[in-house]
Amino acid sequence: MILDMRGINKSYVQGKMEVPVLHDVSFSMEEGEYVAIMGPSGSGKSTLMNIIGCLDKPSSGNFFLDGQDISRCSENQMSDLRLHKIGFVFQSFHLLPRQSALVNVEMPLGYAHVPKKERRERALRALDRVGLSDRVNFRPNQLSGGQMQRVAIARAIVNNPKLLLADEPTGALDSKSGAQVMELFQKLNEEGVSVLMITHDADIAAHAKRVVMIRDGMLLEKE
Amino acid sequence: MFENLRLAVQGIWSHKMRSFLTMLGIIIGIASIIAIVSTIQGTSEQIKEDLIGAGRNTVSITLYDGDSEAYFYDNSTVAPVISEDQKKKVRRLENVVDATFYYSRSYSTVYYLNDSFMGGTVLGVDGSYLDTAGYVIQTGRGFVQRDYDRFCKVALVDTNVVQSLFLGENPLGKVLEIEQQPFTIVGIITEPDDYLPKMENLSDYEEYFTDSMGKILIPDKCWPICYKFDEAQNVIIRADSTDNMSSAGKSVADILNANIKNQSQRTNYSYKADDIMERVRNMQRLSESTSQQLIWIASISLLVGGIGVMNIMLVSVTERTKEIGLKKAIGARKKTILWQFLTEASMLTSIGGLIGVLSGIGLSQVVSRLTGTPAAISVPAIVGSVVFSMLIGVIFGLMPSVKAANLNPIDALRSE
Repeated sequence: MILDMRGINKSYVQGKMEVPVLHDVSFSMEEGEYVAIMGPSGSGKSTLMNIIGCLDKPSSGNFFLDGQDISRCSENQMSDLRLHKIGFVFQSFHLLPRQSALVNVEMPLGYAHVPKKERRERALRALDRVGLSDRVNFRPNQLSGGQMQRVAIARAIVNNPKLLLADEPTGALDSKSGAQVMELFQKLNEEGVSVLMITHDADIAAHAKRVVMIRDGMLLEKE
Repeated sequence: MFENLRLAVQGIWSHKMRSFLTMLGIIIGIASIIAIVSTIQGTSEQIKEDLIGAGRNTVSITLYDGDSEAYFYDNSTVAPVISEDQKKKVRRLENVVDATFYYSRSYSTVYYLNDSFMGGTVLGVDGSYLDTAGYVIQTGRGFVQRDYDRFCKVALVDTNVVQSLFLGENPLGKVLEIEQQPFTIVGIITEPDDYLPKMENLSDYEEYFTDSMGKILIPDKCWPICYKFDEAQNVIIRADSTDNMSSAGKSVADILNANIKNQSQRTNYSYKADDIMERVRNMQRLSESTSQQLIWIASISLLVGGIGVMNIMLVSVTERTKEIGLKKAIGARKKTILWQFLTEASMLTSIGGLIGVLSGIGLSQVVSRLTGTPAAISVPAIVGSVVFSMLIGVIFGLMPSVKAANLNPIDALRSE
């Protein structure tokens, strides 16, 4: 089991008020699954994604990522989990604008202290997997939106994460590029990558093999 | 580490103008410090050279009567005599290269034809006087062993005497009357140009070298013919190095003072060495304390520069919030981000420091051209300023870097 969440609660303190966001969320995911979490804005799906992505800690409840208890992790251990177990794909790509696609993809490997030569090889392989081997030295401003998102996906998978975590991956793309990205996710999932996608769009969520609804901080499984 | 340096260079290079303006405070501060230090050091060396003369390291050890120089112009004075034993001891001193002992008389009766020689000095010298005191023979010859052996009544005059007594006429072969004794002039001596100290604004120093009326030299063996047997002598020595001048002068004076009391019923006689080094040190201390104050003032510019760096780094952190958020999200540790920004800040100031050093050297060259004082480029000052500017980067970059490292990746990614 790659993800195992039991009785997760999360609330934020705003002024003197405690604002609850997640209520007793229990959710688990097997290795190799392709899951979409779907919900309208304000439903708590971003908060859930931040917790799953080890960017935030739950207020209470147990969360195991690949068998590791997150609530006991230090800040550095959280960084290492993000580095080795999770690949992030963001709605607005978040590429370094002045760097080539290759350098962008290499970046996580630098933090993992992979030797320079191997870094290059692995980054090239990742770019090849997303079908951009002819755009290796292009900068983000020379690429289309769809291509930029594929560079971001290459960056997410370059360190062989256990989980590909995508937050509205098609939100900033036209439908054609969006379809390409969905195809890519499909392909990566077939190659064995676990994919967890968060979206508000039912059409996009339909690409996943399992869809989970979130509403007002509570999860509803939908078959 | 290497990766950080590359990132830092990229960060600086991508905002060339801004980086340069940020560096400007550091550049100006370091440049003025380098310029001040090299100019002052140059001046300091110049002072030393001016006061000491070009490396001859001569020290005069003169007999004093109380606080004033001892003069002998009447026959009743009984003054201490330097024994042969003492002379040997002086010559054997470790730091003494050369020593000469001489009699001297001011207010002596000297005539050339009907003109009397007023105000000058007659010296009775041994064979090493010219070498030790730094005189060279301009025309004619110096004293030879034969002059001493046979008590030859020969004399050397310096160029001042040629002017004042002979009115520019060639004195070679002319006869001088010293205390009614005829002396034939066999040579003219002169001091090499570079020996004469150039500092003229020190009034007490002036009297040391301006006995401008001139000197007449006779062999010391002939001294008793004109004056007395067993007279006191003064000494000039040459030390083996400039730094040993003070100590060598003192040890010679100690040797000479040792048995003054045994010889003379008057005990206020004593030998004193001209301590030029002491004067040099005083002058140098003065100029160094001035430079210290100037450096403090220049440091204010460094402080302002450092604050500028902090300001720009804060702007840079704000600008790159998203980048920092992304880096943290994909697994960069806090420390990694901290080092990235610290490296950038200290590189910024180090480059500023380097440019500052170069412009400081240029500036000091310009100053030395304009004022005629030499500039000595000091390597420790250069190394020190580059290291110091790097430190400024670390100190003033710390706060922005910590701010960057502590950014919450969720908020950072969401920021627009």
